[in-house]
Amino acid sequence: MRTILFLVRKEFLQVFRNKGMLPIIFVMPVIQLMVLSFAADFEIRNLKYYWIDKDQSEASRLLRNKLDASGYFILSGTSMNTEDANLALEDGVTDLVFEIPADFERDLIRESRSSIQLNVNAIDGSKAGLGTFYANQIVQDLAQELRTEYLSRLKFEPVKFQQINTTYSFWFNESLNYKTFMVPGILVMLVTMIGAFISAMNIVREREVGTIEQLNVTPIKKHQFIIGKLLPLWVIGLFEFTIGLIVARIVFGITSEGSLMVLYTFASIYIVMVLGLGMFISTFTETQQQAMFISWFFLVIFLLMGGLFTAIENMPQWAQTITLFNPVRYFIEVVRLVMLKGAGFWDIRSQFLVIASYAFVINSLAVWNYKKVA
Amino acid sequence: MTNEKIIEVEQLMKIFGSFHAVDDISFDVKRGEIFGFLGANGAGKTTAMKMLTGLLSPTSGKATVAGFDVYKETEKIKKTIGYMSQKFSLYGDLTVKENIQLFGGIYGLKNKVIKAKMHELLGRLGMENSANALIDSLPLGWKQKLAFSVAMLHDPSIIFLDEPTGGVDPVTRRQFWEMIYETAHNGTTIFVTTHYMDEAEYCDRISMMVDGKIAALGSPDELKKGFNAQNMDEVFVGIAREGKVLK
Repeated sequence: MRTILFLVRKEFLQVFRNKGMLPIIFVMPVIQLMVLSFAADFEIRNLKYYWIDKDQSEASRLLRNKLDASGYFILSGTSMNTEDANLALEDGVTDLVFEIPADFERDLIRESRSSIQLNVNAIDGSKAGLGTFYANQIVQDLAQELRTEYLSRLKFEPVKFQQINTTYSFWFNESLNYKTFMVPGILVMLVTMIGAFISAMNIVREREVGTIEQLNVTPIKKHQFIIGKLLPLWVIGLFEFTIGLIVARIVFGITSEGSLMVLYTFASIYIVMVLGLGMFISTFTETQQQAMFISWFFLVIFLLMGGLFTAIENMPQWAQTITLFNPVRYFIEVVRLVMLKGAGFWDIRSQFLVIASYAFVINSLAVWNYKKVA
Repeated sequence: MTNEKIIEVEQLMKIFGSFHAVDDISFDVKRGEIFGFLGANGAGKTTAMKMLTGLLSPTSGKATVAGFDVYKETEKIKKTIGYMSQKFSLYGDLTVKENIQLFGGIYGLKNKVIKAKMHELLGRLGMENSANALIDSLPLGWKQKLAFSVAMLHDPSIIFLDEPTGGVDPVTRRQFWEMIYETAHNGTTIFVTTHYMDEAEYCDRISMMVDGKIAALGSPDELKKGFNAQNMDEVFVGIAREGKVLK
């Protein structure tokens, strides 16, 4: 126990004396959180659309009015010719092309079905997806309106038609503010990156400098060495997490709906897991460069497949299966659940179990693979 | 020096793949002796030392250090020995005082003992004014004397020195050897590797390693007589270049 205290003290002394480490711990997370949160804005507005109206009816005019009024679409051009529209799409002048066929209105009323053509530039998949979704909503809306209007004109229909109305309300993030959604996720990303890097670097650095050999000839026990290393880094990790929460509150006005206790309980275990990963990497690397590249390999996969930049539901099935092994995914889920939805410990028990097992396995691997030899 | 054997090595081997780094060596070291381990770079000195300090497990053979087995009792060995390696081994970003406290603590010394030892040690090295200086800011000679003293902090019965004087000026080397003599005089066994032949003269007994084997073993005088040489340099060249072996 006393040995561990000496090691912990040494670790803190070294961190606070390291001119390169301090800004990484104190300044970098704040800057990253601010820059990334402001930049990662997935909201889609002002999609440019091209308008081909071969019907020139009341219904088609109504549709166009609705598009303009929605706030999502801006007219980029109009023509009677499909070729012009295709050219605009190819040149990137427009994002979508609406083509209203002749007899659009007639078919809609007489046969109660009609179609319009929508061509979308899908280079940016999420933009295309959302654009199509918005357009679809607006068209459905119009169809509904027209049908009720038509039915009400019929003389022999005194029965009140039941109107189907779709109204939206966005739960847990009422203003549809992307920052509310992104900031907790980016916070997870920072804790993961810093945790994995500092633990991998720290141990490999001792190997590079040669001091680990000196420790290895002392009677330090394996568990003392590992706890002596992990404990200070664990404190730093939780400290990072706290800085992140403070920035989220002061800069973005995001406070946690759920209890901070739940959040910190999960974060504590999660950081043990991340540090274990870094330590495991350090057991089979010789230089800081190697450790850096291997950590980076894992982190890129973890972060890009964590559900922060691409929703996991939108991934192909095999990729979704892979994300089940991605610890970042669980922490992002939990942070969002707790901070935005106010989830309690019971709601996140499955994620907690997964991360706790993960932490156990990776740390066991690290301890097993760490040899007290030169 | 007594006749009690504190290190006993029998047919010790270390094989990396097909390379015999240490190839069937046998020797023993007596308590209080200064035992020199000589040889060219890559002769297997460091590998042999690593096996004796519990850093490396031997491939085959037998060895005990202070009565403890090098296969099974490495942790007990580690408590009894001190070690200073050629790669400088104190923490450069900690101060002199902090290093002493750290290693004292690791060896389980009480705070009072650490404090007393630090006082005594700094006084002996004349470094009272540098207690709060970072190790990195000290000249190499000081660092090495300090590393030696820190390795002696827990009063080990054997101290292993792996090329302790590499890169140090002659005056400091001289002072360093005076420290070694003093330590041996107080009953500590010294196991030292070096490739400075003049340093070999300071040892009680020497073993010369060539290609993982012990080519010659004896006191400096015995070796010089056996090889008909004026000094240790000639002995070394005789063994290393011409492959002469003394039985």
